[in-house]
Amino acid sequence: MGADIPLVDYLVLGDDPHLEANECVACGARFFDRRNACASCGAINSDGSGFKRVELPATGELTAFTIVSFAAPGIDVPFVAGVVDCGGTSVRANIVNVSPDPEHVATGMQVSFTTFGIGEDSEGTEAIGFGYEPVDEELRITEDATEKAEANS
Amino acid sequence: MSDVAEASSSAGATSQTGAASDQMWIVGIHMTKFGKRPDDDVVDLASEAALGALADAGMTVKDVGVLAAGNLMYAAHGVGQMLQKQIGQTGIPVYNVVNACATGATALRTAIMSVRSGEADVGLAVGVEKIAGAGLLSGGSRASDSPTWEASGRFGAVAPIDGRIGTEIMPGVFAQIGMEYGHRYGGADFELFARISEKNHGNSVLNPLAAYSKAMSLEQIMGDVMIAYPNTRPMCSANCDGAAAAVVVNGATLKKLTTEQQRRAVKISASVLTTDPWEEACQILPNVNTLTKNAAATAYEAAGVGPQDLDLVELHDCFATAELVHYDNLGLCSEGGAVDFFESGAPFRDGSMPVNVSGGLESKGHPIAATGIANIWEVATHMRGEAGDRQIEGAKVGLAHVIGLGSACGIHILERAA
Repeated sequence: MGADIPLVDYLVLGDDPHLEANECVACGARFFDRRNACASCGAINSDGSGFKRVELPATGELTAFTIVSFAAPGIDVPFVAGVVDCGGTSVRANIVNVSPDPEHVATGMQVSFTTFGIGEDSEGTEAIGFGYEPVDEELRITEDATEKAEANS
Repeated sequence: MSDVAEASSSAGATSQTGAASDQMWIVGIHMTKFGKRPDDDVVDLASEAALGALADAGMTVKDVGVLAAGNLMYAAHGVGQMLQKQIGQTGIPVYNVVNACATGATALRTAIMSVRSGEADVGLAVGVEKIAGAGLLSGGSRASDSPTWEASGRFGAVAPIDGRIGTEIMPGVFAQIGMEYGHRYGGADFELFARISEKNHGNSVLNPLAAYSKAMSLEQIMGDVMIAYPNTRPMCSANCDGAAAAVVVNGATLKKLTTEQQRRAVKISASVLTTDPWEEACQILPNVNTLTKNAAATAYEAAGVGPQDLDLVELHDCFATAELVHYDNLGLCSEGGAVDFFESGAPFRDGSMPVNVSGGLESKGHPIAATGIANIWEVATHMRGEAGDRQIEGAKVGLAHVIGLGSACGIHILERAA
């Protein structure tokens, strides 16, 4: 059993998994990718000091979503893809632990951060992905509920 | 040399405005039949469009001083030169351009800029694409996971992220863009988006060049295969083959043409290209709104017209969810009023502001690089009063809009010759 590894480098694992954005020191614009400079103000990041890592809040509001029913082979469908406004910083993510239909997903819904394993590689290292799940427990499908449903079927 | 410098300098002063003393004109334009064209390759399609536009202009390839060729899928092959090798190698400069779904508009604007700068008197712009049956153009395949997780790329991803962190498929991206508008302003639901699609499919019946000229009921549209909620298959633009081309000239050249050529000339009142300025979230979900609003504002100012002066609009309905937001972005309605605008009947072909009377990309088809000239052809044909059964009577001013994700927005405003 190897160690865990995050799916992307802006996902920070440990006791309190969370996302971190790269924030421009000069103007406050936030990004998730490796930065050469700031696309908002143009500040150059030649030595890495132009940006600082900032932690995002664990809850947010779903501002846009789609339910993807048709995707590349290897991607399980349907799934919910969306944009979550986390305290003014938008995050692209899947909405998980929810029934993927328009009766159970709506813009404006409150969601919270969660992580899950996406598989082990040949050396036993587990990759950890992230998503957001409904805060409303009535909308949230928990592992227990899934297991119960499977047991009853 | 000094002449060129002088011309460039005066063109630069007017920037993207078309109101310079030397007005630009379309004197020839052609669109091929869109759809499945299995017997024609990219060069056949480009030749058909280019020769059609030249014939329409009453010119030959020998009159052309600059060629701008737009194509996405064969971009590395130099489609402009491939075209020249079939229709005429005259030694003129060729610009091969790529700008996502705004490629055609970019080719046209390149030809316009070249002629306006004094590099040539006559410019030819061609957009061509061959993608019938291509399926998902983005996110259509995903690399398999590697045997060991190793971080790579700008996100340090250890595995492909499409489907794991949101979606890369265009129907899903534009679905979110429409849903975000609904979240902000309300009133936009699955049925409303489907009704926009119903309008455009209804319009296509009158367009013999459309890939699909078939009306569809709301039930058919909503009950069809769901691709990415709320976009079902008929609410997505149709991948198809096709080409379009336009011949542009400056005012001095127009004056030398025949009365008939001058009568059919269509004035280019504005030619504008923008990209998206940085805003929060724009690298999370593409923001197709701000760059369209910016392009529209610049275009209206350049043309000296407002949205209320438009007789028809061809806008980039790559998905039904996109059409809604562009009513707002192009200023066809008040801010946040796109749903009410649609409900009022305004964008229907018998409404006050007909939108996509061609059938739009959902039925006419969307051969990527051809689209940004095909929509110009549609508007120009109405300006000339030659649109047959689907003619918007008395049309004098029209607007053509395209968006390429990434993003680029092209807007042209055309006016009937006085």
